[in-house]
Amino acid sequence: MPDTRNAIDVRNAVKRYGSFTALQSITLSIRDNEFFTLLGPSGCGKTTLLRMIAGFEDVTEGEIFLFGEEIENLPPHQRPVNTVFQNYALFPHMTIEENVMFGLEMRGSSRDAARKKAGEMLELVQLTPFSARKPSQLSGGQQQRVALARALAPQPKVLLLDEPLSALDLKLRQAMRSELKSIQRETGITFTFVTHDQEEALTMSDRIAVMSAGRLQQLGEARDIYERPVNRFVADFIGETNLLDARIEAVDASVATCRLGSGLTLECDAIGNARPGADVHISIRPERMTLAAANGDPWQGTVKENIFVGTDVQTVVQLQGGIALTVRTQNSAAGVATIFDPGTEVAITVEAGAARMLED
Amino acid sequence: MAGAAATGGSARSDTYASARNWLLLPSWAVLCIFVLAPVAMMLVYSFLTKEFRGGVIWEFTLAAYDQFFFDRGLFGDEPARIDWTYILIFWRSIWQAGLATFLALLIGFPTAYFIATRPAQTRTVWVFLITIPYWVNLLIRTVSMKFLLRDQGPLNDFLLATGLIDDPVRIINTNAAVQIGLFYSYLPFMVLPIYASVERYNFALSEAAADLYASKWTTLRRIVIPSVRPGIIAGCILVFVPSLGAFLAPDLLGGAKNFMIGSLIEEQFKGNAGNWPFGAAASMILLTLVLVILMFLARQQARADREATS
Repeated sequence: MPDTRNAIDVRNAVKRYGSFTALQSITLSIRDNEFFTLLGPSGCGKTTLLRMIAGFEDVTEGEIFLFGEEIENLPPHQRPVNTVFQNYALFPHMTIEENVMFGLEMRGSSRDAARKKAGEMLELVQLTPFSARKPSQLSGGQQQRVALARALAPQPKVLLLDEPLSALDLKLRQAMRSELKSIQRETGITFTFVTHDQEEALTMSDRIAVMSAGRLQQLGEARDIYERPVNRFVADFIGETNLLDARIEAVDASVATCRLGSGLTLECDAIGNARPGADVHISIRPERMTLAAANGDPWQGTVKENIFVGTDVQTVVQLQGGIALTVRTQNSAAGVATIFDPGTEVAITVEAGAARMLED
Repeated sequence: MAGAAATGGSARSDTYASARNWLLLPSWAVLCIFVLAPVAMMLVYSFLTKEFRGGVIWEFTLAAYDQFFFDRGLFGDEPARIDWTYILIFWRSIWQAGLATFLALLIGFPTAYFIATRPAQTRTVWVFLITIPYWVNLLIRTVSMKFLLRDQGPLNDFLLATGLIDDPVRIINTNAAVQIGLFYSYLPFMVLPIYASVERYNFALSEAAADLYASKWTTLRRIVIPSVRPGIIAGCILVFVPSLGAFLAPDLLGGAKNFMIGSLIEEQFKGNAGNWPFGAAASMILLTLVLVILMFLARQQARADREATS
């Protein structure tokens, strides 16, 4: 029996289109009241999963529960969830107010009650002065907020958002992020958000499910996923990282000593089935390493280039044995002091706990 | 300098303007020869005196219009009473055309919706199938329809064979036969514009409506139909107008009792019994009627367009 306190429980959900499998047995829970994000590259199945929760796609196998109630066989108009569509899908022949009132009227509200509620919703998204306009008379950002008001008005148990910010320009997108987050907190409605933008996911979400190739790769809190990626896909997709091939030399309690191809050794937390002799991948975030003048330590190499990216400087260092590492140094007085010209021999320090062993 | 530049600019736009006028000439010529001239001729003829074996005498009179609306007795010397004969024929025609339009919409909309929601490759095939009857002349198709509908025709044979009826049903020479003929002749004119509208319809709107608790039927009524209204109005015009002036279906399928405007006008220009000025007057009245209806629909259309785009 699924936990009735969970907003959404997806159990072994499979989606097949003919012989193509879009989703391979997904199981995950979305907690009540949280900002949950499905994150992955296009084609990973995240939108398919969202559409299955909304009811627009049939579930080939498996179950979906909404607060403990099985919903995968209900048509979309009988599911108490609402969607903010990628291109808003506002009704062009209705005014903004009529758009927001639509769902309320369909649920049986009187016109007056619906109008009152629509007014509150338009106030929440700060569009009260536009209520009599048609969608085409609004900017993209305003249409976005109408779509949000329309979906929130019937007070759904879960709000589904399908890449709602992707059609907006950068500044607006950033402003909308914090607005969405604060509306989620204000209304207390569970948000399920789909995006391919990892920054968007990290800044807004309570928890993130990273998906790839129709599979759930990792589920956890934003920081958790960034700091402790379980596999190469997650480490690479979320933020930037240095991926290194290594062989386990020894495992002592929970610490594994790994040897890189060049003979350098590195200690990191041992995971699950780590045993001596196994080949593994190791991820080190560029900002978790620092440079210093060469001091005879085996962890040293030659600066190949410095790339200025505004807030940081990325330095590519060539280690002995051909391994190239990217190190990120903050563009501050203290940081700039540790940046060296190309050709200089430098020592690299990897922060304790920064090296992360991956499952595959 | 600035002044010279401005002069140069306006000289050039003059050149463009005159070039444009010359290029528009062929269109104007076609319009004048094939639209304005015949209508003008009809207008003039409607005010002339009739010649008994067809043709006209060049003498101004309102007799044709008078004959249409009033009855002055056999010798034309009685006080004028309103003559309902022709007005009734007009009324019946409008009613028949309206009914044909309604039936075409009833069948045409689901057909168009069905085609527009098929995968892209199959859509073309369906549209092609819809247009196939148009490869055969309307007269031939209407005559064939006559054979299909007659008492011993395939339709009755089929109904008899299935045991639905015991005696042949009389279809030919009834209003129903005219309806079937009009419906069959003009159905594609309803299907194609609606299809074009539905094809451009954003089906995400239907998903949004379903997401907001609207049933399929409510979604159709409140979201789909308002969105494709321009296509529906275009289809209605394209079926109603030719149905109103049709004479093949009423003549061949409706028999003598079910006279429509088209047949009435056609009679006036045929053989020795004709009355050209009267035929011209009836045409002018029909034209006025159609224009009034079109203007009404055009205003509806403009409103629908405004609502769809604004």
